[in-house]
Amino acid sequence: MSVLKTLNGNQTIAEAVRQIDPDVMAAYPITPSTAIVETIAQFKADGLISGEFVCPESEHSAMSVCIGAASAGGRVMTATASQGLALMWEMLYIAAGLRLPIVAAIANRALSAPISIHGDHSDTMGARDAGWIQIYSENCQEAYDNFIQAFRIGENLDVRTPVMVGLDGFIISHSMEVVKTEDDAAVKKFVGEYQSVYPLLDTSKTFTVGPIDFTDYYFEHKRNQMEGIENAPKVILDVGKEFGQTFGREYGFFEEYRMDDAEICIVVMSSAAGTCKDAVDELRDGGINIGLLKPRIFRPFPHHEIAEALRGKKAVAVLDRSASPGAFGAPLFTEVRSALYDLEERPKIVNYVFGLGGRDIQVDHFKDVAKKLVKIAETGKVEEIYGYINLRE
Amino acid sequence: MKKETWKELTIGTINLNAGNSVQNHTGNWRSGKRPEFIEEHCIHCFFCWLYCPHFAVVIDGDKVKGFNYDYCTGCGLCAEECPTKEKSIVMVKEDVQLAEGGEE
Repeated sequence: MSVLKTLNGNQTIAEAVRQIDPDVMAAYPITPSTAIVETIAQFKADGLISGEFVCPESEHSAMSVCIGAASAGGRVMTATASQGLALMWEMLYIAAGLRLPIVAAIANRALSAPISIHGDHSDTMGARDAGWIQIYSENCQEAYDNFIQAFRIGENLDVRTPVMVGLDGFIISHSMEVVKTEDDAAVKKFVGEYQSVYPLLDTSKTFTVGPIDFTDYYFEHKRNQMEGIENAPKVILDVGKEFGQTFGREYGFFEEYRMDDAEICIVVMSSAAGTCKDAVDELRDGGINIGLLKPRIFRPFPHHEIAEALRGKKAVAVLDRSASPGAFGAPLFTEVRSALYDLEERPKIVNYVFGLGGRDIQVDHFKDVAKKLVKIAETGKVEEIYGYINLRE
Repeated sequence: MKKETWKELTIGTINLNAGNSVQNHTGNWRSGKRPEFIEEHCIHCFFCWLYCPHFAVVIDGDKVKGFNYDYCTGCGLCAEECPTKEKSIVMVKEDVQLAEGGEE
């Protein structure tokens, strides 16, 4: 039976961990993900979970423990943020290269310098080429739902790829919401038993994990790795649909909000999309045909489906909660713009960076973006392709 | 030896043929010099066997017997570590040639 609980984002992740009870959890506490680790430690101390809980001396070691435990044949999770994810960086690539379906909850936070504990997407966007599947959550409910689905997606035999689930630091990680949690047994049943294909603890077979490749094999192994994440889209849709059938909340690659007859559109991920929905409603009341496209899956990027969703729109603004210094636009923008290239008639498109270091974005900011989009749609001209929201100029 | 395509590889870099590095004849890395064993000077201390990074020193019971040149890379560590007054291992010049199994 579903139960409504008042939880913050970190607690929803910990609740899902308690229900799934992975074999090994290894994490080093870092703001704003600390409460995930603390709560799991409390669950362990209270005897509510049976998996091993390991407290290593750093995030690099935490991911190393995860890799070792997953290679041994266990179902494994971790949680981190910001500098912690940055310190995991080299191990992230190894987890993906070894095709270990580790699940990581990331309470998205800015990167130093200057040091900031507040939320933006710089950490996970920095890891976007590490070979992990990336799922972003709008609120506590989505963080809970995405985290449960992540195990099914990553562990699928055609995928076998690690998954990171993003929840915006503080905005989601520390905000209390009413979350519909599902029955322990129902969650366990949905996630199912994990069966490692090549567990190192099975001593009846002898094999080597992660040996050196020379110039004659490295390329083939990397191509072989890519096949896992390229198989993920179908699995993501299947799992999202089954989740909907089981728990009543269906998930796809992205959410479309009032997009059907929209002429202009804002593309934005995570918690900001919730604020954007209010802005869209108010703008619609004022007679502006605007819609929102909220990507949920960033890796693998659903380029074809996003191009189809934006087909026929006159003007699109992509809002990024991270920057890519020196690049032609921020990470989400470069993906969306590239996805649109093969359309015969492409929408005009602009990019705004917002919310770095937890800077607020409010309904009026989205209305300002809408005003610019209306003008672009009327004139067919883009004056400035790249800009910033709520920044003192 | 036929090399697999990316589709034929076991996923996750897993090598089901554990111990197959024996097929990799590191002797073909050797260029210019190789160790030569002088049995009459040898005190069979096994330093060469201990230090050799490629397990190329051949032993039989408690005796050093010489080298397996299929795996000897000619690094010279054995000659360097050999403690006898008159060296039991000396590095000698050899013509550069690919050892058996060497290919790229």
